Amino acid sequence: MNIIVCVKQVLDPEIPPAKFKIDPETKQVIPPAGVPPVISVYDERAVEAACRLKDKNKGKITVISMGSEKAADVIKHAISMGADDGFVLSDPAFENLDSFGTAYVLSKAIQKIGAYDLVLCGRQAADWGAGQVGSILAEMLGIPVITLACEIEVAGANVKVKRIVSDGFEVLEAPMPSLVTVSSEIGMPRLPAGMRLMMARKKQVPVWKAADIGAEASFLDKGNAHTEVTGLSVPSRKIECEIITGATPAEAAANLAAKLANLI
Amino acid sequence: MDNYKGVLVCGEMADGKLAPITIELLGVGRKLADELGEELSILLLGSKSGALGQDAIAYGADNVYISEDSLFDIYNSDAYTMATANLCKKILPSIMLFGYTDIGCDLSPRLNGRLGGGLSMECSALSIDPATKLLVTTRPVFGGNALATMLSKTARPQMATIRAKVMPPAEHNDSRQGKVIPLEDKVDPSALKVKVIEKIKEEVEGVKLEDAEVVVAGGRGMGTAADFAKLRELAGVLGGAVGGTRVACDEGWVSATLQIGQSGKVVSPKLYLAVGLSGAMAHIAGCLGSKCIVAINKDNEANIFNVAHFGIVGDWKEILPPLTEKMKELKGK
Ligand SMILES: Cc1cc2nc3c(=O)[nH]c(=O)nc-3n(C[C@H](O)[C@H](O)[C@H](O)COP(=O)(O)OP(=O)(O)OC[C@H]3O[C@@H](n4cnc5c(N)ncnc54)[C@H](O)[C@@H]3O)c2cc1C
Ligand SMILES: Nc1ncnc2c1ncn2[C@@H]1O[C@H](COP(=O)(O)O)[C@@H](O)[C@H]1O
Repeated sequence: MNIIVCVKQVLDPEIPPAKFKIDPETKQVIPPAGVPPVISVYDERAVEAACRLKDKNKGKITVISMGSEKAADVIKHAISMGADDGFVLSDPAFENLDSFGTAYVLSKAIQKIGAYDLVLCGRQAADWGAGQVGSILAEMLGIPVITLACEIEVAGANVKVKRIVSDGFEVLEAPMPSLVTVSSEIGMPRLPAGMRLMMARKKQVPVWKAADIGAEASFLDKGNAHTEVTGLSVPSRKIECEIITGATPAEAAANLAAKLANLI
Repeated sequence: MDNYKGVLVCGEMADGKLAPITIELLGVGRKLADELGEELSILLLGSKSGALGQDAIAYGADNVYISEDSLFDIYNSDAYTMATANLCKKILPSIMLFGYTDIGCDLSPRLNGRLGGGLSMECSALSIDPATKLLVTTRPVFGGNALATMLSKTARPQMATIRAKVMPPAEHNDSRQGKVIPLEDKVDPSALKVKVIEKIKEEVEGVKLEDAEVVVAGGRGMGTAADFAKLRELAGVLGGAVGGTRVACDEGWVSATLQIGQSGKVVSPKLYLAVGLSGAMAHIAGCLGSKCIVAINKDNEANIFNVAHFGIVGDWKEILPPLTEKMKELKGK
């Protein structure tokens, strides 16, 4: 089976909030020095899901990422986990696209790759987190979509997906090709190791520009954007925290207990 | 673009009534519609929808679109997308509101893809720009580290999903007038590609997380499943519920349905006790509404101390047992 996974390279979401800085003028985040960008968390889980499917059913995993040419790093990361092939989609015309523009570029790349049974996306990107590119992409490709997967299985010509809902789970089935968005409940991503890591490092990742995938200028025109960011701010939440102390930890705990008893 | 008019709420039902989130959406929807001088409509799907028409009108809807087809009794992404898209193509709503719920999070992006609108997820505020009359949405980005405002200049409908309990509920007024309009188009069951095979409810013992007045939450710092269980003991003493960070859920120390945060549950208890968790914004997004946040963390620079009212800097292993004992004593009185 052929699986395509869409992965985004993002600012490391685990930088401490104190280091998080923005430029309200350009409405962009200022990346802290020395913190390399990473593969978006849920997208790494999507790669993991693809690898598990491949372990079981054999097949080929192709990874695509739209971003700067540095996005080759996340493709290589996916290859070190078990993906076979990957492409970076990079073009000045792709910069700062909204969700529709992003889904359009991904759809053109997927059409160029050709035959596929499954497209996997993360549930939400860890940066702007629009939470919609997967579903829009499925609509553009004209294939069914199942969101928030925590288990994916192949059942004949169908994909069978367990998805998380607020009070438990649902099991759904859809004919392939389908698109599935993956949530963290799928489980931890495997650690790249040994030979695969070496191979990935050496891999040449081709870069596709707008012309290579036949992306039309009108779809990339910012004037046609479906959504526009008009402001970016960091909310200030200043709470004076009263630190409770004591001669011993047990005494501090008792002092805290006294405070809490008044509250509840 | 000018043919698009009015606000459409995608309604949800719970236990045969309008879901609380839907009443909140009618509240904010009514305000937006009044500001624009346009109508507020709601779509209700499922065999019980007919009985709720008058109720939706009393909560502010001018038009209630219903389909009493039992096909809609269990949420199916295909069926809901088709029915909602059909209605949208007919009434051309300028604004559409969804709950940030299981249904809204699945339906809204897909519908957006189909209709070519502009969608903003997880909004905390909505307003109408006085000059352009466009919908301005405010939503968290970068895991809650920042807030962005967004708008759609030309794409229609302008769509937004909104979290529960962020907007005040609409007031019920029986004297309101409105129309109940059955949907004309039927959804052909044979056109559905996605099939729902099974629904599995996960029963959680004790107090329900969303309703709990006390929540004890733990993170990576708990270290093991056995240690995490100590939080359950304290929660038991306080009559509260247990929750966890994404890391705690990933580790399997606590059920995935009890994850608190941006991509989990949002809670607003009287007391939120955060133990061995750093207070990443994506986690904090799930508990900022708490009356009192208390942190126990060995790192005095952890972000949780920036949002907590009380804190102890130290190893939970030395603090939690005496705290549990003392609370038992105090509660026993
Ligand atoms: C788009 C997106 C959505 C996300 N959604 C969520 C979400 O819904 N919920 C969520 O929780 N996270 C979410 N995250 C992840 C989030 O960014 C953090 O990674 C996560 O919350 C960290 O969990 P933690 O606090 O348990 O772990 P850590 O950040 O590793 O913190 C562990 C803490 O424990 C303390 N500690 C260690 N040992 C002890 C001890 N013995 N005694 C006392 N303290 C100790 C440490 O000092 C440290 O502060 C999301 C991230 C992204 C990008
Ligand atoms: N630039 C991108 N390159 C590749 N995949 C992307 C990109 N942006 C979004 N995606 C995919 O779409 C998912 C949802 O993104 P979003 O709707 O932006 O939150 C992500 O988890 C990715 O799988």
